[in-house]
Amino acid sequence: MSVEESDRSRSFLDNLGKVYGVYTLGFLGFFILMAILEQLGAGARTIGILFLLFTIVIYAGIGWLSRTSQVDAYYVAGRQVPALYNGMATAADWMSGASFVALAGGIYFGGYPYLGFVIGWTGGYVLVNSLMAPYLRKFGCYTVPDFIGTRYGGNLARFLAVLVLVVASFTYVTAQINATGTIASRALGIPFGVGVWFGLLGILLCSMLGGMRGVTWTQVAQYIVLIIAYLVPVIWMSNVQGFGVIPHFSYGDAAQRIAELEAQIGLQPAAEAVAGVRVLTTPHFDPQGGLDSWKFVTLAFAMMTGTASLPHILMRYFTTPSVRAARKSVGFSLFFIFLLYFTAPALATLTKLQLLDPTLPTAVVGQAFDTVANLEWVKNWSAVGMLAVQDQNGDGIVQLNEFFMRPDIVVLATPEIAGLPYVISGLVAAGGMAAAMSTADGLLLAIANALSHDLYYKIIDPKADTRIRLIVARVLLIVIGAAGALVASMKLTGILGAVAWAFCFAGSGLFFPLVLGIWWKRANRAGAIAGMIFGFGSGSWYLYMVYNGLMEPWLGVDHLRFSVIGMPVSLIAMVVVSLMTAEPDEEMQAMVDEVRDPTGPTILGQEH
Amino acid sequence: MTEDKHEKRRIHWEKTRTTTFIVLVIWFVFAFILPWFAKDLNAMSFLGFELGYYFVVQGSLIVFVLLILFQNLRQDAIDDEYGSGN
Repeated sequence: MSVEESDRSRSFLDNLGKVYGVYTLGFLGFFILMAILEQLGAGARTIGILFLLFTIVIYAGIGWLSRTSQVDAYYVAGRQVPALYNGMATAADWMSGASFVALAGGIYFGGYPYLGFVIGWTGGYVLVNSLMAPYLRKFGCYTVPDFIGTRYGGNLARFLAVLVLVVASFTYVTAQINATGTIASRALGIPFGVGVWFGLLGILLCSMLGGMRGVTWTQVAQYIVLIIAYLVPVIWMSNVQGFGVIPHFSYGDAAQRIAELEAQIGLQPAAEAVAGVRVLTTPHFDPQGGLDSWKFVTLAFAMMTGTASLPHILMRYFTTPSVRAARKSVGFSLFFIFLLYFTAPALATLTKLQLLDPTLPTAVVGQAFDTVANLEWVKNWSAVGMLAVQDQNGDGIVQLNEFFMRPDIVVLATPEIAGLPYVISGLVAAGGMAAAMSTADGLLLAIANALSHDLYYKIIDPKADTRIRLIVARVLLIVIGAAGALVASMKLTGILGAVAWAFCFAGSGLFFPLVLGIWWKRANRAGAIAGMIFGFGSGSWYLYMVYNGLMEPWLGVDHLRFSVIGMPVSLIAMVVVSLMTAEPDEEMQAMVDEVRDPTGPTILGQEH
Repeated sequence: MTEDKHEKRRIHWEKTRTTTFIVLVIWFVFAFILPWFAKDLNAMSFLGFELGYYFVVQGSLIVFVLLILFQNLRQDAIDDEYGSGN
């Protein structure tokens, strides 16, 4: 490490608390400044643009300060990230544009079946902590395929792991770039196609120069923005509308009131559908048991196992100073994620109640059509086609099945529904952008690192020197980012479909080769190869058949949870083939013993 | 590796495995069993929430956070006692 780089890095690490404390205060100060500007008469548009540019310039600044020419800094942030900060970075890495923008809307419209995502996307961390993270940290790998390739030996196993990683992460990253494009185009008033490239530029500014180090420190900054942007509007809204100071522990009554109202009003499909928006037809929470329960647990299972197999998450735990710190940072990660996930159902419930309950001033359903159609927020969102109110039965009153919304806008529109100032909407836009950018960064880096480290350096040119390796890594980052932006600009998939698929691809192909690599000494190369090929292959086949309507889903296992098919196949293939072939040699078994021991040096060297 | 160290490592792994198993059993209950019976649990209430609903939107999530905390404290103790301590 050059003297200048090492000095810069050390003084930064010594002052983390101060740096991010000042940063958080600075962001709050900026928020207050914007609120004052709004009072002075600045337009909504100006505030939105300032929010977005201010935050992105800061992320880019952090990216620049984190630049490096060291392999271990580039791949694993020099393994110097304290547990607390790695927890924040992981939370930002984890919570995507979908969590931030779409989760509450999904709960609003999806009821009980959708809540499988909430359980799945939190409970998965128990698996990460107990089965994966500490052991992978002890291993000392740079990437997830690095573990597969070293544990099982041979280029084929490594190559297959790279393949699964690329398919899973690329599916996911297009959805994130899509989200950055949507937010940028709305806030800056540019076409979506241009917004996508603008978003990509922001993403690359964070990751290109500093690799994992740059991404880590920008993700911490992005977490702070996104969590403030999520919590402030909900708590503010709750106070303005009289739902309590901290609504999280007291919205049970609101949920029960919704159930009453739903029974009174009745949940009817719309008389005439409107493209792109929908009416509420699923009860807020009304589990039926039986198939309903089965669908819930299969979805939760697919999301949890996917969480524990997605490389952009696992690789975050390679950056901590020790095995113990890796475990500790999984705990912090889940806590920071929990803060958003236990807020989303409260937000969905309170927003729904505000629209439904005729005794509240914000009510829409059951009110005179002319009044509702002239509400400022109804007009704004109708103009962009994300909301529609139509008096389809001609009685002059807005019925529940005449109020159409796009699920994505629940979070974005809540401040306006509750009558909060526009500065809150600007804050929410900055939060959504932070969520989408941080996840996109983690994913792009996971893909580019696997290709540069595992495919290029380990398989194609093991003699390549550091300078060349880091150039290759950066070129790949740009190429993959551009490919992602290109696919995103074609708008091929909805945000949610693509996200759930990524979890299922990763679970089908990587879960058992990773878990058994640590927990079953007898697992060998042939078994792992079979596990990846058959798991990933059967899962992908099932997705193809069901998604294209070539086959009826088995037992309600639809395309969102296809790893329920892929994973058992992977497990059986891996166990059977391992047992049919020779057991791993003594050296390999000793290596597994070493991985299970939390102390001592890593299996792979500091730089490899 | 000395015989003593070998033995320590064996006990360490045994205890690690037991802890992990307990953690996964608790995880399974809160991740799958309780949400499966949400309809029946809804007959009871907690803090003004229907109980089945409460677990799915909040209770299980809190348990997951505490579960990781419990596992880490337990595992740290195991590591301190039986880790090979290089």
